[in-house]
Formats: sequence, structure tokens, C-alpha cells
Amino acid sequence: MNKYFREITVAGALMLLLLSLAIFAPHFFQAQPFISRLTSQMPALLAAIGIALVIISRQIDISIGSQFSLCAIIAGVTAASGLPLGAAIAAAVGAGALMGALNGVLIAYLGLPSIVVTLATLVTWQEALRLWQQGRLLSLPAGIQWFGVSQPTGQAIVISLTFAFLIGAAWAMKNLSAGRFIYATGTDAEAARLAGIDPKRTTFGVFVLMGALAGLAAVLNLVQSPQVQPNCGDGLELKTIAAAVVGGVAISGGRGTLWGVLLGMLLLANVNPALTHFHQPPYWEKAIQGLVILLAVVADGLRSRKSKI
Amino acid sequence: MIPNCQIHGLKNLLQLTDIQKSFGAVRALKGVSFELRAGEVHALLGENGAGKSTLIKVMTGAHQPDGGTLLVGGKMVSHLTPSKARELGIACIYQQPALFPDLTVGENIGLRLKKSGAFSRVRWDGQRTRAVELLHRIGAEISPDVEVRSLSMPEQQLVEIACALGSGAEIVIMDEPTASLTQKEQHLLFKVVRDLRSSGVGVVYISHRLEEIFALADRVTVLRDGESVGTRQIDDLTEAQMIQLMVGREVSSIYPPAEGAPGEVVLALKNLGCAASGVAGVTLDVRAGEIVGMAGLVGAGRTELARILFGITPADSGEISLNGEKISIRSPRDAIARGIAYVPEDRRRHGVILEMPISHNMTMAIHPKFFPRAWLRHGAENLLAKDYSRDLEIKAYGPDAPGGSLSGGNQQKVSVARWLATKPKLLILDEPTQGVDVGAKSEIHKIIRSLAKDGLAVLLISSDLPEVLGMSDRVAVMRGGQLVEVIAQENADAQTVMSVALGTNGKDAA
Repeated sequence: MNKYFREITVAGALMLLLLSLAIFAPHFFQAQPFISRLTSQMPALLAAIGIALVIISRQIDISIGSQFSLCAIIAGVTAASGLPLGAAIAAAVGAGALMGALNGVLIAYLGLPSIVVTLATLVTWQEALRLWQQGRLLSLPAGIQWFGVSQPTGQAIVISLTFAFLIGAAWAMKNLSAGRFIYATGTDAEAARLAGIDPKRTTFGVFVLMGALAGLAAVLNLVQSPQVQPNCGDGLELKTIAAAVVGGVAISGGRGTLWGVLLGMLLLANVNPALTHFHQPPYWEKAIQGLVILLAVVADGLRSRKSKI
Repeated sequence: MIPNCQIHGLKNLLQLTDIQKSFGAVRALKGVSFELRAGEVHALLGENGAGKSTLIKVMTGAHQPDGGTLLVGGKMVSHLTPSKARELGIACIYQQPALFPDLTVGENIGLRLKKSGAFSRVRWDGQRTRAVELLHRIGAEISPDVEVRSLSMPEQQLVEIACALGSGAEIVIMDEPTASLTQKEQHLLFKVVRDLRSSGVGVVYISHRLEEIFALADRVTVLRDGESVGTRQIDDLTEAQMIQLMVGREVSSIYPPAEGAPGEVVLALKNLGCAASGVAGVTLDVRAGEIVGMAGLVGAGRTELARILFGITPADSGEISLNGEKISIRSPRDAIARGIAYVPEDRRRHGVILEMPISHNMTMAIHPKFFPRAWLRHGAENLLAKDYSRDLEIKAYGPDAPGGSLSGGNQQKVSVARWLATKPKLLILDEPTQGVDVGAKSEIHKIIRSLAKDGLAVLLISSDLPEVLGMSDRVAVMRGGQLVEVIAQENADAQTVMSVALGTNGKDAA
């Protein structure tokens, strides 16, 4: 079977969806709402790059929603205190990287299971944020929304920045030693160690990168509205993990591409607008998304069963 | 349930006739016959890979034989499964007891008593009484109320035996039961085995220690290369005859000859040891251009020594010198940087990453050197893969072929290529031809010899005795974590090496 079978299948499904929209609901492609929808998906896509790397290295991070919320508030507070935008971005990315480093130390160097560690940090950051902000909405100073430029320019910045990261990460996974190490570690950490690779450092690095990407994603989300909510990251972990799984990233590690993640993200994200444009009740969204994820998981299961024989 | 003494020595509890079993192309059992009478201890003896484990697994229903017949208690059994074996009264006690550590002794025994349904009520009192009886019967002074976790290894084995009796076993298989026991504990175990025998239980006893077999067994069956070469009364055999039966075969294949004299000492070990892996006081030199074979039984410490040299479990005593320089190896990275390469035993898990193309596999250990700026040069990588594929005659459709698409022998060659790419001074090969077909085996032998000719120092670990004897310039024999003797090639014959590995004085007896 073709190595990129999953990517091709998901791309096919996405094309079919877009094509039927083009025929039956052409107003779906009106420039302004289309670009707005796309822009709103970019923060999650950025976080999904991180989660894909985490899953490829055979780990999981369910704390990214908390990381995202906390980074957003940190960026918001920094900006509200009168510091320039650059400082807010640095604060968010730095805080994210630190939270990722904490996960990384516990998982890679203490050998604790990632599901438990990130469950603990998920709750910890969430509660820390609740104590700090008491659930308040944080209003942002004027120069923050759309980076202080016009909305179309701001949207262009958000979209191109995200795609720059996606292309960069996809290139790195294919062309840098580090990318090869992530695949090797995810396939079999002991085999990687016997080949002189340091699987602990690799895993640690992946979690730090995950945190930094969550921080940057929080900034790209922040600039899209005049306020920040302290629960803005809720559900991000499920959304990104679903995108990765649908896009063909194997939950057992060692396999998957970032292009698959992009396709998975777009497919799941377009379920809701498609329902709207086909005049169907929107509460089918979750059910359809669930069905798509289930299909992906079953396909993975069949595939790994086949390869064992 | 337990046969009484009247039938002692008369009944055939277990009879296997012409049992055959293949795994893929490997014929593990080529027609083995074996019988066990009530009230006897029947030892099963053979080298590593002679087929003992496979035969046990056939007896316990873990493997289905491809051919032959199996009679339990005189009745033909066509499709033995583990649960059916238990019902028929067959119990197996392994080296590592398979008990539930968090349950008490009484609960463990209770679980193995005659089965009731999964949802029927557990009668704790009755179970406890029964456990006390069983423990008493084998003379074990163990309280039924302590958690198994807190027991020592031999105590756990006694609990296993009590479990076996509780399940109504008439056939008890013991696989190297004394491997982790002290002298005193062994004597206790022997007493229990003798008691079992006098109560009419048939015991299949597997051990590498010949003195135990002489002390315990009534009869012995020797396996060699998947065939039973004979069943004898123990009184009719000397130690030397027994070893002769185990190894008595010709070195059948032709091995490439050594050429030229070995050069400088590459690796020098002085009193090397690692407490955690049970290796102590290893002193050995390996020279450039020399193949030193490592012989010994499974668990003698050969793989453990390799893992020490490669920094997987670093040494905690002694010295390692490479090319005359004293070095410390704390991790595989250190070892690779120093020019040590290790082709591991478990090829499919650790030698080759099956999901990855062979080109990626081959550059796996040389990233810092081959890709100095951390980005991959795909062209150069493919070229390297093509070169090694040509040199080692690897049969694959190209550098992109995933490791998993290759045959075992070709996977092994990819694993070797990965380590040759590191340009090592010392190459450690751990069971390089295990599970490899005959043709590929001789190709791998040729490769190893030509590498030595090019000046590499080679340490060859192998449980295949003819291979060790045929390939090595010197044979180092390990036993119980120690290097007990280094034998020069002209003196190394199967009998001598096996005697040293077993720790008997076979030479004098012969």
C-alpha cells in the first residue's frame, strides 16, 4: 500500500467536501468569511504541529489547553501593562517553553508516563489560572488586535506565519537529524539508544517545542479579538489530537506526517461550516467528527493487524 | 487426584512420539520422542537451541506440534491448549515464578485450585485450609497469609509447587528451577522433588547442571538439534558420555579460514565487572584482525559483557583499554565515539528499525559524523546504502526498502552495515546468525572473516557451538558471569568447550 495512503484518502475526502460546497453552496467561498474561518483555525493548527511531534515520539500531551490559556493570559497581562507586542509574544512563548520543559523533565528524565504527567499539569495550570484571574475577561490595549495593523493584513500575518511554521516543521522532520531521531525514538526508544541516539533528550526537546508552539498559538489567537478569556484553550487537546489521528499520525508512535495533520485539521474544521451551508442542524457536528475519528482509528487498527501477519 | 503409591513406576503419564515443530523455515523439533512414568524424575538435557524449550511448550500446550502424537495418562490428546493441559494435570514451574505478587500465598494457591466459575463465591476459609495442607505436604514453612511479594525466590518456587499440587498435577515440569537458588535452598528443593517422586508424581527436570541431574534424575533424555538422541538410565552414564551425547556432531559447514597473524591489541579488559548485570572479573585481550568467540550457556553473562562494553549497563569495576588507552564508557554514544560497535541479539527489535528504509537504518549511528550540519544529505545517504548493499550483497529493491520487507539474513546484514558505517575498531556481534537460513549464514560468516582480515577486532557471541569453533581464532568461555577459560583454536573442540561451559571436568573423565 502507498506510504501516503492516509494523506491521499483524507485529501480526497476534503476535496469532495469542498467540491460539493462549491457546487451546492458557492457562497461558502465568499472571500471575507472564508478567510476569517481559516484564520480562526490557525492557532489550533500550530498547536497540532506540536502535538503531532509529541505523538510521533510515542508520547501524549493533554495539558496543551491549559498551557494555551495560561500563555494567552500571560501575553495579555504583559501587553496590558504597557509593554510592547514583542515582549508579550516573548513572554507567552517563553512561558509555554517552560511549561513544556517541566513536562519534558518529568516524562523524559524521570520516566513517568506522559498521560499522567500532563493530566497533572493540565489541572495545575488550569487551577493556577483560576486563582490568579478568578475567571475575569481580560481587555487588551488597542495596539494588540491584528498586531496593530488592519484586519486583512493581520489575517495575512496569522495565516502566513502558521504556514511558515508548518512548512518549516515538515521540512525539518524530513531533512534534519532531529526529525529522524523523533521517528526513531517513537518507533523504539531502546533501539534508538542502541544506535547512539539520546531518546531522553529527543523527548525532552519535543515537549519544550510543544510548549513554545502552544505559547505562539495563544498569541495568534489573542490578536484576533479585543479580549482574552481565561478558558480560551479549553478542548484544544482533543481538537489537535483528533486532527493528528485523522491525518494518519499513529498513536503508537513512529509514523505520520505534518501534511496529514494539516489535512485532518481542515477536514474536521470544515464539518461545522459545511452543515451550516447545507442548512443542516449544527448539532450533527460532533457526531460527524466522532465518526471521522472512529473511521481513522479503525483504519489504523486494520492496517497494523495486516502488517503483523 | 494424586495417584497413590500402588501405581508407582508402572504408568506412563506422558508419552510423546515423533513430535515435530517448525517455525517458518527453522525446524525446532524434528521428531522427538519422550515418555514420563509415574514416580520418576526424568531429566531433559541439551545445548542451547537443542529444542528443550520448544518441547516443554508442546507439553504445556503453548505450542501446537506440526506432527507426532501426544498421550496423556494413556489417552490420545489431539489439540492440547494451556487450559486443557492444566485440566489434565500438567503443571510447569519456570525459573521466574509466575505468581501474583500482591496476593497472599493462600490466595495464590486458591486461584489455582480446581476451578469454579468466574462469578461463583470464593470460599476463603476452605482455600486457606487447603493451602496450609499443601504447604505442609511439601515441607515449606511459609505462612499462607503473607504477600507473595515479600517472599524470596526459592520460597516463591515452593509456592509454585504447592499451586501445581493443588491443581491436581501429576506431571510437574521444572525448567531450570535451581538457576537462582543458593546451595542450601537447592537441597530443600531436591528434597521436595524426591517427595513428589515418592508420592507418584512424574517430574520432568531441565537443568544445565550435570551434578544435579546425577543427584536427582532416574532417567535422562538428551536432545540435540531438535532430535532426541537417546534416553538412558542415569546409572548407565558417565558425565563424559553425557556431554558426548549433547555435542556429538560433526562440524558440518565449511568456515572461511583465518589469514595472517593478528596485529596489535585493540581491546584489553582487566578485571572488568558490573554488579548489576552479574558479570565479574573479566580479563581478556582482543587483537586487530582476530575473531574471539564467546561461548557459554544462556545466562552465562556473554550478552551482559557486550552490554557493558557498549555502555548500556556501564562497568562498575575493572578497566577497559582501547588501543592502549584507558577509557570509560558510560553510554552507547561514548562507545560509538570510541569506535566500538555492537550488533545486538534481537535483530527485529533493536538491530533494524523495521518501519524505516534501509538507508535510514544504515546511517542511524553516524548522524553527528555523516551529517555534521545536522541536516540530512539524502543523496549521500542513498549512495552509502547502495555501497553497503553491494558490498554485503544485501537483497533489497533499493535504499528505500523498509527494513521489515527484507529476509532475516538481509536484515542482519543491514544491522551489520549500520555498524560498519561507524568505522569501528572493535565489532561485537551477538548471535549474528540466529534465525538466519543456511545460505545467508555462510555469507555472514564470510563477511565477518573478511572484516577481520581488514584489521577489525571481532568479538563473536554465539550459542551455535560449531559456529564458534569454526569462526574463532580463540574461544573465550563464560560461566556464571565470569570468563573461565580462553581456549586457543587448535585446542578448542566441542567436548572441551562444553565441559568448561557446563563447569564439569569432562576432560579428565574422558
